[in-house]
Amino acid sequence: MNDLPQQLANGLLLGALYGLIAIGYTMVYGIVQLLNFAHGEIFMIGGFGALTMWLWMPDGTNLAVALPLMILMAVACSVLVAVGAERFAYRPLRGAPRLAPLITAIGLSIALQQAIWAWYPDATKARPFPEFTGSRIELGSVSIQRGDLYLLIAAPVCMIALGFFVSKTRSGRAMQATSQDPDTAKLMGINTDRIIVMAFAIGGAFAAIAAIAHGLRYGNVDFRMGFIAGLKAFTAAVLGGIGNIYGAMIGGIVLGVAEAMATAYVGNIPGMEQFGGGSWKDVWAFVLLILVLLLRPQGLLGERVSDRA
Amino acid sequence: MTALLQVEDLKVAYGKIEAVKGISFTVQQGEVVTLIGTNGAGKTTTLRTLSGLLKPAGGKIFFDGTPLNGIGAHKVVAMGLAHSPEGRRLFPRLTITENLQLGAFLRKDPDGVQQDINMCYDLFPILGERRKQAAGTLSGGEQQMLAMGRALMSRPKLLMLDEPSMGLSPIMMQKIMETIRELKAQGTTILLVEQNAQAALSIANHGHVMEVGKIVLSGTGEELLHDESVRKAYLGED
Repeated sequence: MNDLPQQLANGLLLGALYGLIAIGYTMVYGIVQLLNFAHGEIFMIGGFGALTMWLWMPDGTNLAVALPLMILMAVACSVLVAVGAERFAYRPLRGAPRLAPLITAIGLSIALQQAIWAWYPDATKARPFPEFTGSRIELGSVSIQRGDLYLLIAAPVCMIALGFFVSKTRSGRAMQATSQDPDTAKLMGINTDRIIVMAFAIGGAFAAIAAIAHGLRYGNVDFRMGFIAGLKAFTAAVLGGIGNIYGAMIGGIVLGVAEAMATAYVGNIPGMEQFGGGSWKDVWAFVLLILVLLLRPQGLLGERVSDRA
Repeated sequence: MTALLQVEDLKVAYGKIEAVKGISFTVQQGEVVTLIGTNGAGKTTTLRTLSGLLKPAGGKIFFDGTPLNGIGAHKVVAMGLAHSPEGRRLFPRLTITENLQLGAFLRKDPDGVQQDINMCYDLFPILGERRKQAAGTLSGGEQQMLAMGRALMSRPKLLMLDEPSMGLSPIMMQKIMETIRELKAQGTTILLVEQNAQAALSIANHGHVMEVGKIVLSGTGEELLHDESVRKAYLGED
């Protein structure tokens, strides 16, 4: 077990990535009670946005120099798609039975995947993403990839900024009000349509930032990458208590750590040898989800279902 | 003199079911007007339409001389029409102070807002004592005080109160009605929907009795209070 700190670090990084994506699920759900299953694709499109910006750069550009522009482009692409989806796919269905927007989300998810597959040059296979070269960074007994440094900085910065926005700004207060009671929020003079767009935009931006972390970590972007990442992030959001932004991050980290632990140690348990290793990690992640749903359906930080007097 | 609020032949429908079937009434500056009637008479629907949460199926609404025809609810507040909804509808996980601040969401004068919050705490000292408490943890009466305070925070030209006494103890109900009387004395224009007809009519300058989507009887508060059919139907007298 002397590689435990290393496994914890791997889990935390993976968890931070899930958590960043999970914010988009949880914010949108918290305000319009919609599971935006196209969010994984919004994440994927951010990755392709960043790649496009990288390919526009002259040969030999330093990745660290290009990174801010790549972030900008990724965020722009994801936010555009997220806000467009809200405006043209979900808004017309507001007030329709819950199943209608859910099916629309699934359809949109397939459409976006196929659009990238068909129209992005050479995107039928995974496209290589630039990587930070050089040795791993040693932090005591733990070492991380150079590219993960980006995630290590981006995730806490994003979370702190979001926490500040929601609790301290006028728009953030309006967002909380809208999620607690949309009709009454309107009576306060809050333009709830704008708040909903804002939730989609913030979720899209966070997904884009996560997509770059994904690219730097795995060295490629793929039109299918939103499916499993989206499913994991959705799991993280449910684990943490859907609708709760801190829950999304905590759910992500719990999920990431659980996956890393299961990958590293399940195979050591006598009789469980065949269930260890990376190929079973998704199974363990969803086992965790099922357990949480059975034992604590509102999620780790979830609120009581009924809190209206 | 034009009325502050003028409602002409207002109709509201949920799908094919007409809940309000063409009602007309006015509210003059500085007066208290009450709509009374049983459950399902269309009183709440009327208020929700006036504040823009529902779209009218027909008729006209003029507020302060401007037509309010299906403009969004958030724009109606900006014009000076505040609505304290049925069931109070506070933001349960926000504090008392935050709820009051949201009532002043559109105001751009932070000093004035703070002043009004303090005024609210003077009007309802219990709210001041608990200002950091989540609104969802308050008692029914305290929630009603907060709901009224929140509606006043926008400094409305017209305050609409929907069933402020609903579900309250007799003592609390009296306290709320006293507050409404006080607001009236300060010159606040109020449109009051109440099931407690006795209390509402004794405060109101004018009252309208609604039955299944129509106004069946109108008069001054005094007249309705002494009207035989009203006494029989709504004041529980034989």
